[in-house]
Amino acid sequence: MQVNDMKMIKVNEKWCLGCHLCEYYCAFANSGVEDMVKALKDMMIQPKLRIEQKDKISFAVSCRHCEDPICVKSCITGALSIIDNVVSIDKKRCIGCYTCVLVCPYGAVMPSQEGAVRKCELCVGNSVSSPACVSACPNKAIELVEV
Amino acid sequence: MNYVIIGNSTAAIAAIEGIRSIDKQGRITLISIENHHTYSRPLISYLLQGKTDFDKMKYRPDSFYEDNSVTVVLGKKAVKVIPDMKAVILEDSSSYEYDRLLIATGSLPFVPDISGLDKVKSMHTFMTLDDALELEKSINDKSNVLVLGAGLIGLKCCEAIKDKVASVTVIDLAKQVLPSILDKTSSDIVAQHIEKQGVKLKLSCSIKQVYENSALLTDDSVVRFDALVMAVGVRPNISLLRAAGVDTNRGVLINQCCATSIEDIYCAGDCAEGYDMTADCKKILALLPNAYMQGFCAGVNMAGEEKIYLSGMPMNALSLMGLHILTAGIYEGEEYVFQDKKGYKRLFYKDDMLKGFILVDDIECAGIYTAMIRNKTLLSSMDFDLIKKKPALCALAQERRTSLLNRKETW
Amino acid sequence: MPINYIIPQFEIVRDQSRCIKCRVCERQCANEVHHYDEDYKIMVADESKCVNCHRCVALCPTSALKIVKNQDSFKENGNWTAEIITDVYKQASSGGVLLSSMGNPMKFPVYWDKLLINASQVTNPSIDPLREPMETKTFLGQKKHEIKRDNEGRIISNLGPQLELSTPIMFSAMSYGSLSYNAHESLARAAKSLSILYNTGEGGLHEDFYQYGSNTIVQVASGRFGVHKDYLNAGAAVEIKMGQGAKPGIGGHLPGTKITEDVSKTRMIPVGTDAISPAPHHDIYSIEDLNQLVMSLKHATDFKKPVIVKIAAVHNVSAIASGIARSGADIIAIDGFRGGTGAAPVRIRDNVGIPIELALASVDTRLRNEGIRDNVSLVVGGSIRSSADVVKAIALGADAVYIATAALLALGCHLCRTCYSGKCNWGIATQREDLVKRLNPEIGYERLVNLINAWTHEIKEMMGGMGINSIEALRGNRLMLRGIGLNEKELEILGVRHAGE
Repeated sequence: MQVNDMKMIKVNEKWCLGCHLCEYYCAFANSGVEDMVKALKDMMIQPKLRIEQKDKISFAVSCRHCEDPICVKSCITGALSIIDNVVSIDKKRCIGCYTCVLVCPYGAVMPSQEGAVRKCELCVGNSVSSPACVSACPNKAIELVEV
Repeated sequence: MNYVIIGNSTAAIAAIEGIRSIDKQGRITLISIENHHTYSRPLISYLLQGKTDFDKMKYRPDSFYEDNSVTVVLGKKAVKVIPDMKAVILEDSSSYEYDRLLIATGSLPFVPDISGLDKVKSMHTFMTLDDALELEKSINDKSNVLVLGAGLIGLKCCEAIKDKVASVTVIDLAKQVLPSILDKTSSDIVAQHIEKQGVKLKLSCSIKQVYENSALLTDDSVVRFDALVMAVGVRPNISLLRAAGVDTNRGVLINQCCATSIEDIYCAGDCAEGYDMTADCKKILALLPNAYMQGFCAGVNMAGEEKIYLSGMPMNALSLMGLHILTAGIYEGEEYVFQDKKGYKRLFYKDDMLKGFILVDDIECAGIYTAMIRNKTLLSSMDFDLIKKKPALCALAQERRTSLLNRKETW
Repeated sequence: MPINYIIPQFEIVRDQSRCIKCRVCERQCANEVHHYDEDYKIMVADESKCVNCHRCVALCPTSALKIVKNQDSFKENGNWTAEIITDVYKQASSGGVLLSSMGNPMKFPVYWDKLLINASQVTNPSIDPLREPMETKTFLGQKKHEIKRDNEGRIISNLGPQLELSTPIMFSAMSYGSLSYNAHESLARAAKSLSILYNTGEGGLHEDFYQYGSNTIVQVASGRFGVHKDYLNAGAAVEIKMGQGAKPGIGGHLPGTKITEDVSKTRMIPVGTDAISPAPHHDIYSIEDLNQLVMSLKHATDFKKPVIVKIAAVHNVSAIASGIARSGADIIAIDGFRGGTGAAPVRIRDNVGIPIELALASVDTRLRNEGIRDNVSLVVGGSIRSSADVVKAIALGADAVYIATAALLALGCHLCRTCYSGKCNWGIATQREDLVKRLNPEIGYERLVNLINAWTHEIKEMMGGMGINSIEALRGNRLMLRGIGLNEKELEILGVRHAGE
């Protein structure tokens, strides 16, 4: 997917049901495995967005793809950079120091099992052509918007 | 416009990016004492572990200097700055004139005066890529290594070599490891962890006398070693500017625009002493994110636009033999402490604001705590009880949270 | 409970090899059927609570679930079926009236499925709706018998108020209270987008929906919930609900648990009290009384809005309709015995009333015979399930149809028939905030628009096939229908010939 304009995932708290389907479809889309059962069965899922829940409110939080991202500036290896308006992780360079986790004010960067960090990259370069969370949401709570 | 930058690490690179964000035409010359493409210094321990290589260690791609039209002078030491003539003199007597100058020379390892140190053949520091390569050459799987200093550098060095040598012993004068950033509980966790990984640890201990292959410690024990690593601390590398007459303290004093007391001379990174917002005074903040922010700020100001950087604060992200430690701010005020099998957490708050924190392993979403400190968010405006247990955006009021997530405002 | 008389109706079949334990079934079941067992580390289900609403099946990302009928059986008995036996057990236990929701599920004949539509061939060319004009527009209201002209020959406009519909389909009465706010918003927005109408039902009109007034029919039912002057003038028409197909002879019932703050404000009754409508309107005990109410409503709305009288299809429906046609009402709405409801006693819903097909045919015939067919428009409802049903209804004599169950299906309803519990997992028939959230009107109204557009296109295709190009020409055109598998009497009442004749 060519992301030329500045885009980000927008979640509408009003419609989020806290069903967590976005997390599962995200983990699946980024798993590199064709079948969802094969990809996720008996695994700890590693979605690139996270659900927050408090009483009756729930919503998903994902990387805001900030214009002036603190994580990119703080990254000690240069593994985080902006490519085509998407804040991207070069997994080969990331050594899992978690400085980005320390500075991201949205808590959008998360540790992962492989050592490198994980966060939303707008499904660029994975198995789907547009963000998986948007199509996964059964209640149209998630949209891909231009900033 | 003629920009000259001395240094080739984070602050220097940031300055280039800062300059080029405003001025695409001006000439930039970068002078570095090291003979390498810019690399990420913290990665030298990972290099020894085999977790990275020369190519992946590069802080910016190969084409960086060319893409940004930077003339690079490597392997040369700058020895004098003459502000009246706006010139920098190198050790080979060549000189470079500047309209704006940035000093980003970082820090140098401090080698204490220990009796007998001159006799030690295999003495090392652990700062630069070359340091790491030299250390690697002098050890093998039968070596015993003694590391003096259980701070950030000392422990990372232990991590780097423990699986390549027969034994690693680390000693420190302090009563705990990482004395500059951790409290007793968390440093105990770290100490136990590294000992379980096979590192020998001696605290409240120093070297009384050293011989070619052994050291007599202050507790009267003797440790044999094949290599000795000095990691007791660093000193900001400010001799150039001190000689040139800028105001210095421990580091080079800079204002909110990263300018020194001499016009057109800027300073950024580990050698600079800029504003620490948590201590409300100037401090050396020798950490990478700060080096970047200062460097970029300096670059923008050098290019003629005003930019202010006042949100520097101490912070650390350390991954050590599988343990993850994140800290930030200052440790003052009331406290909230919590420990379970997920990890250890200690929050410090005062005057209705979060001031600092120490997190071991329970580190998810720590950036939210950091943002609260940086933005001086009032704890009474959010659900602090929830935040204590877990940093979360749902602790913020709905309007604020929606506005932040929709990027209508930033933290 | 020591003796378990009630056997679970359904079994939840989970393919454990496909289940990825995402727990969406657990999170989305308001009946708390599914949960994750921490010890065995698998998803388990309590089938006794399952109502077969399919929410879990629909959301399961790996299609690991299916709900099947519990095969556990009583000894086979053509007379004492499992349902009837279980009903006796339930009443022996509770001593109460059995309640259910939605329309009559029993196996009575469906006359729509015994009527066939004509098509043109050879002698009378069919029309291609994609290439030639095809009019689905309909006007509901009193039509005049004759044209009056003035001295200059110009037509004197003496037509009463009319309702203009882009297609002969409207959304039938479903009250706010039995349905959620979001369901009403979906219906209102769809009606507006399609240029048709929806009906408030007996729950009043929420203040947020006054903006859709020109696409709203406001209902005045026996309980007079939410009725005030602004309410009457807010809609495009006023409907007096005399009866409802699902429960002829009795009034509406909304349990107190569904009377939330918002519902209470709209209905003008206290929070938490049961909203029970009386069986008759206590001010209407004769046809003259009805006439008076119709006139009062017309006065209250300045004679600008058509008045609809809605009746249930019962034995003497044609005589009742004849009386209403003379009462000054503009439109008669007839609701057949298959009509849905939010809650009704099972025995009344399943055994009272007559099929709409027969009611419609007999009313249309009678009004024509009495020369008063033009006094009113006829709208019918009570299980219109497809565009074919719509075409057949119009051919039998209707001006338009009311749909309700079909609309709810479009919104996600799976006809589990437990609306009365207030735990609708699809956010339609509930007032629980966390459940109402599940129906996003953005999605809901689009699905309704899609449904009606699809049906309208199909109606055009069928009309074109018949060689007809307007609803007007189809209305009451019984020659376009033939019966199949119907006896003489049925054919006579329906006024159609048998296929082959």
